[in-house]
Amino acid sequence: MRQNRTAWFFLSPSLIILFIVGLVPFFYILYVGFFDWNAFSLQKGMHYAGLENYRRLVFDQPFINSLLLTFRFAVYAILVQLVIGYALANLLATDFPGKWFFRVIHTIPLMVAPLAVGATWRLLTIPGFGPVPFYLDRWFDFEYSISANASQAFWTTVIMDVWHWTPFVTLTMLAGLTALPREPLEQALVDGANRLQVFWYVKVPLLRPIILSTVFIRLMDALRTVDEVWMLTGGGPAAATRYTGLYIWRIVFPKTDYGYGSAMSLLTLYFTILISWLLYTAIGQQRRGER
Amino acid sequence: MRTSKTARKAGKYATTYGVWVLASIITLLPIYWMIVISARSRVELFDRPNFIIQSFFEENYINTINDPSLQKYMVNSIVVATSNAVLVTALALLATYALSRWRLPGADNIFFWTITNRMAPPAVFLLPLFLLFTKTFRYGDWMLFDTRIGLILLYCVFNLPFSIWVLQGMIDGIPIELDEAAMVDGAGTGMILRRIIIPLAAPGMAITAILSWIFAWNEYLFAATLTSVEARTITTGLAEFVTVTGTNWGEMAAVATLTLIPSLAFISFVQRYIVMGLTFGAVKE
Repeated sequence: MRQNRTAWFFLSPSLIILFIVGLVPFFYILYVGFFDWNAFSLQKGMHYAGLENYRRLVFDQPFINSLLLTFRFAVYAILVQLVIGYALANLLATDFPGKWFFRVIHTIPLMVAPLAVGATWRLLTIPGFGPVPFYLDRWFDFEYSISANASQAFWTTVIMDVWHWTPFVTLTMLAGLTALPREPLEQALVDGANRLQVFWYVKVPLLRPIILSTVFIRLMDALRTVDEVWMLTGGGPAAATRYTGLYIWRIVFPKTDYGYGSAMSLLTLYFTILISWLLYTAIGQQRRGER
Repeated sequence: MRTSKTARKAGKYATTYGVWVLASIITLLPIYWMIVISARSRVELFDRPNFIIQSFFEENYINTINDPSLQKYMVNSIVVATSNAVLVTALALLATYALSRWRLPGADNIFFWTITNRMAPPAVFLLPLFLLFTKTFRYGDWMLFDTRIGLILLYCVFNLPFSIWVLQGMIDGIPIELDEAAMVDGAGTGMILRRIIIPLAAPGMAITAILSWIFAWNEYLFAATLTSVEARTITTGLAEFVTVTGTNWGEMAAVATLTLIPSLAFISFVQRYIVMGLTFGAVKE
């Protein structure tokens, strides 16, 4: 048997780098979260504040609103993505000439820089020369103004997210559909089930691990969303699209409220760990299913 | 009977093609519009929206390519992305080899930890990394803040877990008997890596390198907060267009279009592996 020492020697560079840029920051925010530390405050430096930052966090209505807003954004976007993604995956599951070509085009949004995604959508929706406000006004007499109307800004970010991430859902769904076992489907058809019944009672339960993984990954992505929304709306109008990532950025940088920002970061990280634990369980379920 | 079957088949293809053509148009339209804007002068912009490129206004591209600060950003982006891709691929190869060929205590926990790293919201790490880069990693006047090395190391948080996940499947797929046969012939671990693992895992390494490269190239939030002048990347250059009063939309669109080119160049090679990487191997094709 070969020595474990060699294995640790190979692993160590990766672990050291991940330790420095991944774990040290985590303990750092854990530590700073207990202090009152604002670069602009009268008393310079760090002052021990105990759990004060966390107490503030629980009663911080704007932050809670931002979390709820992020969740709402994610839920709407994910629902639409699941429906469109499932439909498109079904079309990709059968062979047809030119499939490869459409599939490559469909994957493009996943490769575009999130900031550039924000830039393209901004160019589409900008008042003055963007085609979206122009044609909505001309054809439907509908006044569209992303910089003034809060709900329009919100829905525009949802649509942008659908454009950006539906390909991801399509491809995960496709992987799920192609891995489906044949027998239960055929059995159900023999037993006289109609298409809707097959879909609801056979396909959905079999696809459940994939659907769950996709939903959890997309939920975590929603907590990560900053670049494209920042480019499109800047978090506005007012706080209509100020999702959690943007909110934390705003507390940390322009406001330099380091202690409070740390507490906030830690709470958000906690949600991420919770979701990724759920994801891990879903993956485990799926792996067990494969065996 | 036969004709109706063919007819039905043609009908089925018709809906498939109809849906896919529509989906492709929706996918490409925003990108196409950006290219249209990049080909317009300031005066043409504010006419009614027109989706046809009548004359190509090259000046947007010429101005951006000749802008010295944008040139610097472009070079920074290329250096950072390339170094990061090389570093990540090399480290991930060693790590995956260790995880695949040895039964290590706690390997599952290491995996779980890497997922959390990959999925953590970048905004959470902004503050600690900013403070570490400006205060802790500092030697006299030199600090990690605003250096390319800082960004190269930083992007490992996201790219390393991703690459380990993608490579793991490939290296697990190389039969361990090959290693054992080589060992019987007296080859050491280094020799096995060089002669067996690297040649067989080369396609996977190319894919992880390309995907890491594209991620580093596309990243904005860290690049914007952890650099100030010297190490700014092209995405921060793109963002700077908007904050400066009186945005030059044509030039901004030109820069955005330029940032797309590398991703588009590689897309057909890597598209099969994007999903595997993004789902940590949970979803394989």
